[in-house]
Amino acid sequence: MNKSVYMDNNATTSLKKEVLDAMIPYYTDIYGNASSKFYAVGREAEQALYKLREKAAKLLGAANVNEIYFTASGCEADNWAIKGVANAYKRKGNHIITSKIEHHAILGACEYLEKHGFEVTYLDVDEYGKVSPEAVEAAIKDNTVLISVMTANNEIGTIEPIKEIAEIAKKHKIVFHTDAVQAIGHMPINVQELGVDMLSLSAHKFHGPKGVGLLYIKNGVRIDNLIHGGGQERGKRAATENLAGIAGLVKALEIAVENLDKNVAVMRDKRDKLIKGIQEKIPYCRLNGPVGEDRLCNNVNFSFQYVEGESILMMLDMHGIAASSGSACASGSLDPSHVLLAIGLPHEIAHGSLRLSVGEDTTDEDVNYVIEVLPPIIQRLRDMSPLYEDFLKGENK
Amino acid sequence: MYSEKVMDHFAHPRNVGEIENANAVGLVGNAKCGDIMKIYMDIQDNIIKDVKFKTFGCGAAIATSSMATEMVKGKTVEEALELTNKAVMEALDGLPAEKIHCSVLAEEAIRDAIEDYRKRQNEQQ
Repeated sequence: MNKSVYMDNNATTSLKKEVLDAMIPYYTDIYGNASSKFYAVGREAEQALYKLREKAAKLLGAANVNEIYFTASGCEADNWAIKGVANAYKRKGNHIITSKIEHHAILGACEYLEKHGFEVTYLDVDEYGKVSPEAVEAAIKDNTVLISVMTANNEIGTIEPIKEIAEIAKKHKIVFHTDAVQAIGHMPINVQELGVDMLSLSAHKFHGPKGVGLLYIKNGVRIDNLIHGGGQERGKRAATENLAGIAGLVKALEIAVENLDKNVAVMRDKRDKLIKGIQEKIPYCRLNGPVGEDRLCNNVNFSFQYVEGESILMMLDMHGIAASSGSACASGSLDPSHVLLAIGLPHEIAHGSLRLSVGEDTTDEDVNYVIEVLPPIIQRLRDMSPLYEDFLKGENK
Repeated sequence: MYSEKVMDHFAHPRNVGEIENANAVGLVGNAKCGDIMKIYMDIQDNIIKDVKFKTFGCGAAIATSSMATEMVKGKTVEEALELTNKAVMEALDGLPAEKIHCSVLAEEAIRDAIEDYRKRQNEQQ
């Protein structure tokens, strides 16, 4: 039994061969520093960087090349967006609006700012994880300077009403940022159509390399530096550009955008087959997050009553299946996932969560294998569980 | 992350189940924290003749339950009370730092069962 099925594409994705091929020349031939313009290999790097930036701007629908800033991760892009805007606008106000289900990169940056005199409103979400645009508008105060709501949630796949929220932000002349790390490659993203002022993404979530991200900053938005030093990225983000990484990001983005419709159809099909198969075969389970169009095409998240998530992961691993969980044990903290708690799950149900995230290369065979392996695992753990025992005794009374 | 021993006890847990006419039952932990251990014992002439467990929890919780039941089976009540979480951990070739509480829970579950046994004994007298 050496079967290996990767069902954790919301965590990271494999690097595509074409992407790696696009990166190699920047390690071997065009290794110059893009800031060293007085010799050929440096100029080549500079020109390559410009072209890559131009391509990224086009792929994301940005109006200008100089609105694209490369970073070292999605996490950095998020941190920069939050801290950079908060600091640049602090004379105008110190209030930030975000949601309870953001990635920890956003929540952590907001919590940091709270310690430094900023005030943050963490909006509730509904039972499917949706942020209400009305609630965003109602939370706006005279001192609000920034709104940040993710495009799609990484745990339960909720797609947020970004366009509507962007319109509200625009009406109130407040900067709007969206963390689109999970969205790229999984839904159409055009910054001008969405109407966002800032957008973060990370290459490794769409078959690009790890260690490179991007922050779109619309011209006119003021932002302080997060990283100080040299004059790279038009003086906004110091550090010698990771040209090979950037080339990988742009190539992966190009492939993702060009094949979007085809890939989304494949992933949606596998996602729905997984959901259906699990619901048919396993009793006492709950699909977390929305269904259909409102759900990220590659995300499946279930809670299985009476069992704990880490145990499920370990047993799946024994069968060669890679997945993730929002249980406290799996996350290394005392509480289960903040997202599952925010949609109103009791702790014990949140502990029993399992996320399966498919990719464009997931096959029906992979899906069938998971549907075959998972039910006996859940049953085995339930047979070991005192909660299930109590439940059965209650049933027989 | 886990030692081979932990993986072995997780994949093939010893003494899983219930004892129908157990004269000692211990229950510790809570669902909110994500760990519950229930231990059943059949104690005859001060000796733990049989012991079974049911656990809701992570891999370490299941493995420590399995190991702890192995370690007290056939022992006297007094010997079982001497079982420490450290001994359970050592027998499993260690646990990651964030999982030490699972071994504590196992120790507490054994004690809780024996306490229950003693309470029942007192009630009978």
